[in-house]
Amino acid sequence: MMIREEMEIIFHERIAEDTYRMTLQGDLPAEIRQPGQFVHILIDQSDSLRRPISIADADTAKQTLTILYKILGRGTAALSKKQSGDHLDVLGPGGNGFPIDSITAERALLVGGGIGVPPLYYLAKQLKEKGIEVTTVLGFQHEASVFFEEEFRELGEVFVTTNDGSYGNKGFVTEILPALEGRFDTYFSCGPAVMLKAVSEKLDGYEGYLSIEERLGCGVGACFACVVQAPEGDSKGYRKICHDGPVFRTGEVIL
Amino acid sequence: MTRLRLSMPGLDLKNPIMPASGCFGFGKEFSEFYDLSELGAVIIKAATGETRYGNPTPRVAETSAGMLNAIGLQNPGVDRIISEELPYLSEYNAPVIANVAGSTVEEYVEVAEKISRDHTINALELNISCPNVKEGGVQFGTDAALAAEVTRQVKQASEVPVYVKLSPNVTDIVGMAKAVEKAGADGLSMINTLAGMRLDLHRRKPIIANQTGGLSGPAIKPIAIRMIYQVYQEVDIPIIGMGGIETVEDIIEFLLAGASAVAVGSANFKNPFICKELIDQLPEAMERYGFDQVEEMIGGAHR
Repeated sequence: MMIREEMEIIFHERIAEDTYRMTLQGDLPAEIRQPGQFVHILIDQSDSLRRPISIADADTAKQTLTILYKILGRGTAALSKKQSGDHLDVLGPGGNGFPIDSITAERALLVGGGIGVPPLYYLAKQLKEKGIEVTTVLGFQHEASVFFEEEFRELGEVFVTTNDGSYGNKGFVTEILPALEGRFDTYFSCGPAVMLKAVSEKLDGYEGYLSIEERLGCGVGACFACVVQAPEGDSKGYRKICHDGPVFRTGEVIL
Repeated sequence: MTRLRLSMPGLDLKNPIMPASGCFGFGKEFSEFYDLSELGAVIIKAATGETRYGNPTPRVAETSAGMLNAIGLQNPGVDRIISEELPYLSEYNAPVIANVAGSTVEEYVEVAEKISRDHTINALELNISCPNVKEGGVQFGTDAALAAEVTRQVKQASEVPVYVKLSPNVTDIVGMAKAVEKAGADGLSMINTLAGMRLDLHRRKPIIANQTGGLSGPAIKPIAIRMIYQVYQEVDIPIIGMGGIETVEDIIEFLLAGASAVAVGSANFKNPFICKELIDQLPEAMERYGFDQVEEMIGGAHR
């Protein structure tokens, strides 16, 4: 169930260029059902819209959840100024994440691009717990923007790509995929729409799950700001990213 | 809590607070946060004759003290709203106002005829003011003769009272209000959003895919107050006021200006509990400003 509460910031630090890690404590982590769900944060009471941010990790025993975010505008810039001990107005957990309980994979491939990487970390931990082998491909702009490589390496093999080749393999995440053929049966991806489209085309035929980014309005499924088209023949014709997603099976929506 | 009660055509309200059309879907999502029976009424998302997909995304953008939206009247069409959405709402004890939209007078009439016959619906809100669709919508809301014509025909077709939702994107709001009153409107609902735009500096293009969007939120509240204040003096039909309401003080201001009830829109996005919280806070705020009954506040600024 979604709840709204004032969560306390208990940890906040910069982990890469314009990228921050924040841990929040409260009752909300107990409500998380799946990796891939998000929290909807009202950064300042004078803002008109909340900011949706994926849950990157959670610890129900400690009542904490972790978010990783990048400064992309006024809201996230203001968020980066918050300090440990401050409180944040958080609504969540929102949406449907990766269906961890029904996934039958034996070997999983995770493909994350930029600030799409965070939800894959909580997923990777849970896949590993289920005994599923995890291989991860992380794509970033350049060396300074790389984060969480070590954290993923503790869970399986990791390949890093940078657009300019300043770290890891030069190029996009899709250029690594052919070399990984045969090493996975199911894939999970999160990142910008162009990347998700390219990844799903390259991995056509595999079972796959995609987490989609969009500007949200209400974040609870009521305002229809974040719809994505469903393929022809679908009875509704659309999906709400905040409510039906943000994670969809490949083919469920048109990218 | 009888001090919050009031009556308007077709509506017996236990309090003057309702969610605004388009900001509350058909209620189901918000029923997870509180009991919808607590609401004065519910104004549901616009219905059109056929299924509409709406505009491309992005459909929303934040602005200073407000937001832009260009959803484009996405809805499953009047028939499916009646069969799939209204049964759920009928389980709650709150009057339901159906927002009726269309591209042609015939479509408005068709939707009004069908939905006003459903027993769940207590009144219609005639949407002649949506700024985000290419045909229909605001073109009816910015021309007094067209507005009167669609009002007259919908009024004839409807089984329940009709509230006409006015657009603020006009030079003479009083003229529009008088035209629809003369055409038979039972009430007014005002204001809809103001057409606006925001540009992305990196792409050098509008942020909203539809280019323009409707501005809502606290930024438009003074415009709503001014328009309601002016219209109240010139018409004899009641007004449901809306535009940037976030606090109980805002509600009192709308009522003093001349609204009989209010609708809360964008604030539901910031805080899904807002309507219930405002209902709970209203009696105390009324006391603070020296009011015993809601009805004493209506038009209080004109006495």
